[in-house]
Amino acid sequence: MEKKARAAVKRGSRSEKVKKWLPLYLMMLPGAIYLIVNNYIPMFGMIIAFKKVDFSKGIFASDWIGLKNFEFLFASDDAAVITRNTILYNVAFIFLNTTLGILFAIFICDILNKRLKKLYQSAILFPFLMSMVIVGYIVYAFFSMQSGIVNKTILPLLGKDPIFWYNEPKYWPAILIFVNTWKGIGYGCLIYISAINGIDPTYYEAAELDGAGKLKQIWHITLPCILPSIITLTLLSIGKIFYSDFGLFYQVPRDSGMLYSTTNVIDTYVYRGLMKQGNIGMSSAAGVYQSVVGFVLVLLSNLVVRKVSKENALF
Amino acid sequence: MKKKNSGYQITANVVMMLVAVMVVLPFLLLFLSSITDESTLLKNGYSFFPEKFSLGAYEYIFRSGEKIFRAYGMTILVTVIGTVVNVALSALFSYPLSLKNLPGRRVITFFVFFTMLFNGGLVPSYILWSNYVGVKDTIWGLLLPNLLMGAMNILLIRTYFSTSIPDTLFEAAQIDGASQVRIFTKIVLPLGKPILVTIGTFSGLAYWNDWTNGLYYINKKTELFTIQNLLNRMVSDLQYLSQNSGNVSSDLAAEISKVPSTGVQMAIAFVAILPIILVFPFLQKYYSKGIALGAVKG
Repeated sequence: MEKKARAAVKRGSRSEKVKKWLPLYLMMLPGAIYLIVNNYIPMFGMIIAFKKVDFSKGIFASDWIGLKNFEFLFASDDAAVITRNTILYNVAFIFLNTTLGILFAIFICDILNKRLKKLYQSAILFPFLMSMVIVGYIVYAFFSMQSGIVNKTILPLLGKDPIFWYNEPKYWPAILIFVNTWKGIGYGCLIYISAINGIDPTYYEAAELDGAGKLKQIWHITLPCILPSIITLTLLSIGKIFYSDFGLFYQVPRDSGMLYSTTNVIDTYVYRGLMKQGNIGMSSAAGVYQSVVGFVLVLLSNLVVRKVSKENALF
Repeated sequence: MKKKNSGYQITANVVMMLVAVMVVLPFLLLFLSSITDESTLLKNGYSFFPEKFSLGAYEYIFRSGEKIFRAYGMTILVTVIGTVVNVALSALFSYPLSLKNLPGRRVITFFVFFTMLFNGGLVPSYILWSNYVGVKDTIWGLLLPNLLMGAMNILLIRTYFSTSIPDTLFEAAQIDGASQVRIFTKIVLPLGKPILVTIGTFSGLAYWNDWTNGLYYINKKTELFTIQNLLNRMVSDLQYLSQNSGNVSSDLAAEISKVPSTGVQMAIAFVAILPIILVFPFLQKYYSKGIALGAVKG
C-alpha cells in the first residue's frame, strides 16, 4: 500500500511535480525574503567599511577607500582595548558559567527534597528571563552613588567612605562578571542538568556497592559522563568569544563615559561609533573585524567539536 | 545516588539556598523601592527595610501616567503581533524543509543555517533598515529588525516535524487529494503544537524584553516607545543631566523635573516584569524544554 503510493508520486510528470512542490516553495517565500533582507543584504553591506560613505551619493556610488578605515581603527588604542575587553570578559564568563553551572547542576540533581529541588531550578532560571534594562536598574539600586544600598548602608556599616562606582573603571570587571553569572547561569545549568539526568543510574548503584563516596562518584562517573556536553558548550562559547552581550555592557554601566576603559567591548564600540559619533567608517570597520574573526572562530571551534563528539557539532 | 548522605545533602541545600536567595533578593529590592516613600528613599537610599512605605509611585502611574500606559500598550501590541508572525513564518518555512524529498532541501537548509555562522553586523543592518526600508520612527522599527524570524527557530521546528511527524502521513493525505494548505493546517499545525508553543514562548519573551530596536530605530516619535525603551530613556536622560550638571540652564532644569522620581522608575520597572513573574511557571516549562531541545546548539 505504502509502496504503491510512493511509486505513484514518483511517477508524476513534470507538471505534476510543479503542482506538488510549488505550493511548498510558496510557503517558504515570506521567510526566505525576510532572511534575505534581514541577514543576507547586510552581509553584502559590509562593503561600506571599504568606502567613504556619502549618503548624498548613495552607498554604491560612494568612493572606495580601500583599507583606510581599518588603518585608522588599528592605529588607535581603541582596537586593542575593545579586543582585550571582549576576549577577557568572555574568558571569565566561560570559566565561571562552566564551573558553577556544573556544580549547581550536580547539586540540584542530587537534592532529595522534591520541592526544594524545583525551587532551586526555578530560581536559577528566573534572572535569565529578565531584560538587561531591568538588570541595569537593579544594579543601580545597589551601586548608585547617592542612594545605592552599598554606599548608604553597607559601606557605612563597615566604617568606609562611599565610592563613586559609576566613575571608577577598576570596579567594573568584577561587577560585570558577577552580573553576567547571576543572570546567565541558569542556561548552562539546565543543559548540564539534562545531561546528568541522562546518566545510567546503575553506575551510581555499582559505585555505592563498591563503597565510593559522593566526591568519588562525581569525579569518576558524573564528570566523565557529561564531558561531551562540557566540551561542546565550551567550544561553542569560544566560537562566540568575539561577540558580547550588548545589553550587559551598555545598560549595566549605564553608558557611563568614565567607565569605557573597562566596559567598552566591540559591540558597544560599534554602536557608539555609529549612533553617538556618527563615525560610520571606524564603526563599520570594527563590525567587519568582528564578523570576520568571529566567523573564523566559529568554524575552528566547530571543527574541534566534530572531532570530540560529532553529534553535537553545528555542521 | 538514592541513598541518603546527610552531610552532602546539607552542603548542597545550603549552597543552593544561598544561590536562590541571591537571585530573589535583588528583585525584592526593586519591588520594595517601588513602594517606599519618596522622601525616605531620598534620605536613606534604597533599602530592604524602608522606614516608611507609600503607594505614591503606583498612584502616580495610574493618575498621570498616560505615557507609561501607552508604552505598556505598545509592548503588548508588539509582543502579540511579533510572536504570531514569528510563529507563522517559522512554521510555514519549516514544514517544507522537513520533507526529506523536497528538491533543493540541502541548499535551502544551508541558506538558513549560514545566517547563524556569519552576519554583517550592526552598521549595514542599521543603514538598510533605516535608510532603505524606512522603518525609522514607525512601529515596523520595533517589529521587523532581527526579531521576526531566526534560523535557530526554523531548524528546531524542522527537526521536530521531521522526527515526530512521519512523511508517509503527508503522502497519504496527498494521495487522498488534500491540498498543501489543508495538510499544513489540518496535520502539521496540530501535530506540531508543542514545538510551536515553545518557539512562541521564546519569541514572545524576546519581544517583551527587547529594547535595542527601540534604541536604534525610534528616535523622534517617542510615543512609539515600549516600556523597556521608556525605562532606557529615563536612564540616558539622567546620565545626560548628571554629565551636564555644571551648567544647569533653565531648559535643563525643566528636563530634570520631567524625569520621574526614583520610586516611579522602580514602579515602572516592576510593572514591566510583573507579567513575566505571573507566567513564570509556563515560561519555565517551555524554556527548560527548549533549552534541552536546542540544547547545546543555542
